[in-house]
Formats: sequence, C-alpha cells, structure tokens
Amino acid sequence: MSRPEDTLPPDLFYNDRESQKYTTSSRIQTIQTSMAQRALSLLSLPHPSLILDVGCGSGLSGEALTASEHTWIGMDISASMLAIALDRETAGDLFLADIGQGVPFRPGTFDAAISISAIQWLCNADSSHVSATGRLARFFEGLYASLKRGGKAVLQFYPKNEVQRSMITGAAIRAGFGAGLLEDDPGTKNVKVYLVLTVGAGAEEGGAEDV
Amino acid sequence: MKILTTNYLTCALRACKSHPSSFPLHFRDAELQQDSLPFNAAFIANILPRIDWPALLTTATELGFTGLPAEKPDLLATAEMEADEGVGRELHRILLETQVVEGKLVCGNCGHEYAIHQGIANFLLPGHLV
Ligand SMILES: [Zn+2]
Repeated sequence: MSRPEDTLPPDLFYNDRESQKYTTSSRIQTIQTSMAQRALSLLSLPHPSLILDVGCGSGLSGEALTASEHTWIGMDISASMLAIALDRETAGDLFLADIGQGVPFRPGTFDAAISISAIQWLCNADSSHVSATGRLARFFEGLYASLKRGGKAVLQFYPKNEVQRSMITGAAIRAGFGAGLLEDDPGTKNVKVYLVLTVGAGAEEGGAEDV
Repeated sequence: MKILTTNYLTCALRACKSHPSSFPLHFRDAELQQDSLPFNAAFIANILPRIDWPALLTTATELGFTGLPAEKPDLLATAEMEADEGVGRELHRILLETQVVEGKLVCGNCGHEYAIHQGIANFLLPGHLV
C-alpha cells in the first residue's frame, strides 16, 4: 500500500470522503486516541494547560486532551477534516492553517504541544514553492517560539525512512529544541515513533534515547 | 474562536511580528456565541500570567465587554476563585465561554483579513505572502 503523503498533499488527500473514512474507522480511532494519551502522559503536565495540537485533523487527539481538562487549539490544513471536527463538536479552537508556513502565536503561548501522525506531511512539498527543509525549519522555529520556557512537545509521526527521520529530528534541534526519539513496539510493524522536545533544556532523561 | 485564543494569536506574516500595531488582531463584523462550560479555576490560574492584559481590554471593548478591571488582577488562588463570583468567573465567561463564530480578524499593520467561518479561522496564506 502506498503512503498517502506520497500521492497528494494533505489538503487534497484528506477530502470529504477520505476524512470521513479516516475518522469513522474504529481501528484508526483507537490507535489515534491511544497515541494521544501516550503523548499526553509523556508531557506529564501538572496543571490544566493550554496545548497546541499540530495537525489536529477531525479532533480525535484533541478529545483525549479535553478528557484531561486541558484547553487546546488545533491547526490543520484540511478543511474537510476540520468540518468533521465541527460535526463532532470538539472543544478545541480550530484553525485552517499550514504548519509549514509557521505557527502564528506570540512567544511563550503554550504549555505544551502534541501532534499525532501529522508532521511527516511537512516533507511533502510538491504543491509549494518552498522546499521540505524550508517548511520544516519554519514549523519548528515557530513551534519553539510559541512554547513557554520549560515547555514540551511530543510529536508522534511516521517516518518514511531513516533520511526523513533524521531530517525531521535535525530540523527540531536546529530550531533550539532538546530532542529525543522514543519508540514503542520497536522492530514490529506497529512501531510508533515519538519525537520528544523540550524548550530551554537538554534532552529528556529516561525513556527517550538521545539523538 | 474563543477570546482566549485571540489573546495569543499573531498575524501569520512574519514581517508583522515585530510591529506593535499588528497585535492584537482586530475583529470586524463579529458574530458572537455564548457557550456554557464548566468553570476551571486551575486553568485560569495557570494562564493568567500569560494573558496580555492591554490586548485583552482592547479585544473585550471591541466586542462590547466592559466588566474587566483596568489592571490585571494579581495571581488568583484556585480555591479563592472557586469560592467567589469575582474576576475569575468573568474571565472564564469572556475568555472561554465567548466565541466568535462568524466575522474576520484584521491585522493593524499589514491589513490582511483572516476570515472566520463557523468558528474556524482561515490562516492559510497565499503563496506570495509566505
Ligand atoms: Zn499583518
């Protein structure tokens, strides 16, 4: 099966039909929710927090944040996905936006950020005049600035290969983050990769392997 | 879009970020909706230090809310807020329960207009502005 990000940019791939299919698949719902819960536990937030959900889609990950009494703001490039989030009456504030264009919030806004299955799309730059490297740089610089000092981000993604994995991690480090990669179920076909990022500190102790 | 969000939101044009006139973005033709949400005092206490108070007053005035004090209140203790009906509840009402469902946000520096439809703001920039 080909990877969706190899076929079309996300705003075209996740049209109404694909978005509906994606959101109503109980298998995808279960996986997305459990990965969001995992990301949230890695953040270990002490208070009800303000969280950015990068590539929030139809709000599956956001619902895990709401369930833990957090307030979230979501950005997604697919209008169809956001329309489903509206139908589902998710509690987060939704933005139609391209994270490859930056993160339009003032410095130190968020306690934390999460992202579930989204940032590998940044490496797809077919539809734009900007390179994948440029889009990754804009995103991570914007994310870094928008998090408060000591803030954290946990970004689960599906790297296509080693090159993409180090391209994404490298861009995060160049933006100033302390970075570690955590793998759940390593070496299986269900492997899940989490990029764990910290602002104003080195790599996380324990769990995450230094990059 | 919640009023809370507008207090953190900037123009998406990078050149605007360093211009004081670009923040806060200004509402035009805003249609409001009042929701009812459980009061979360711990959340208000957490975000209050990060609220830009003059910007909040500007936004609140533009939308017709006049109940906020001129100065940012001191750090509120969670238990205190839960007990009384004061500024914590007013902040909850304005920041979290008030939504702009239709209208636009306009940058005071570059004039770019961001449309809001069904509560969702469109921050996609056309290629030539990126
Ligand atoms: Zn502007």
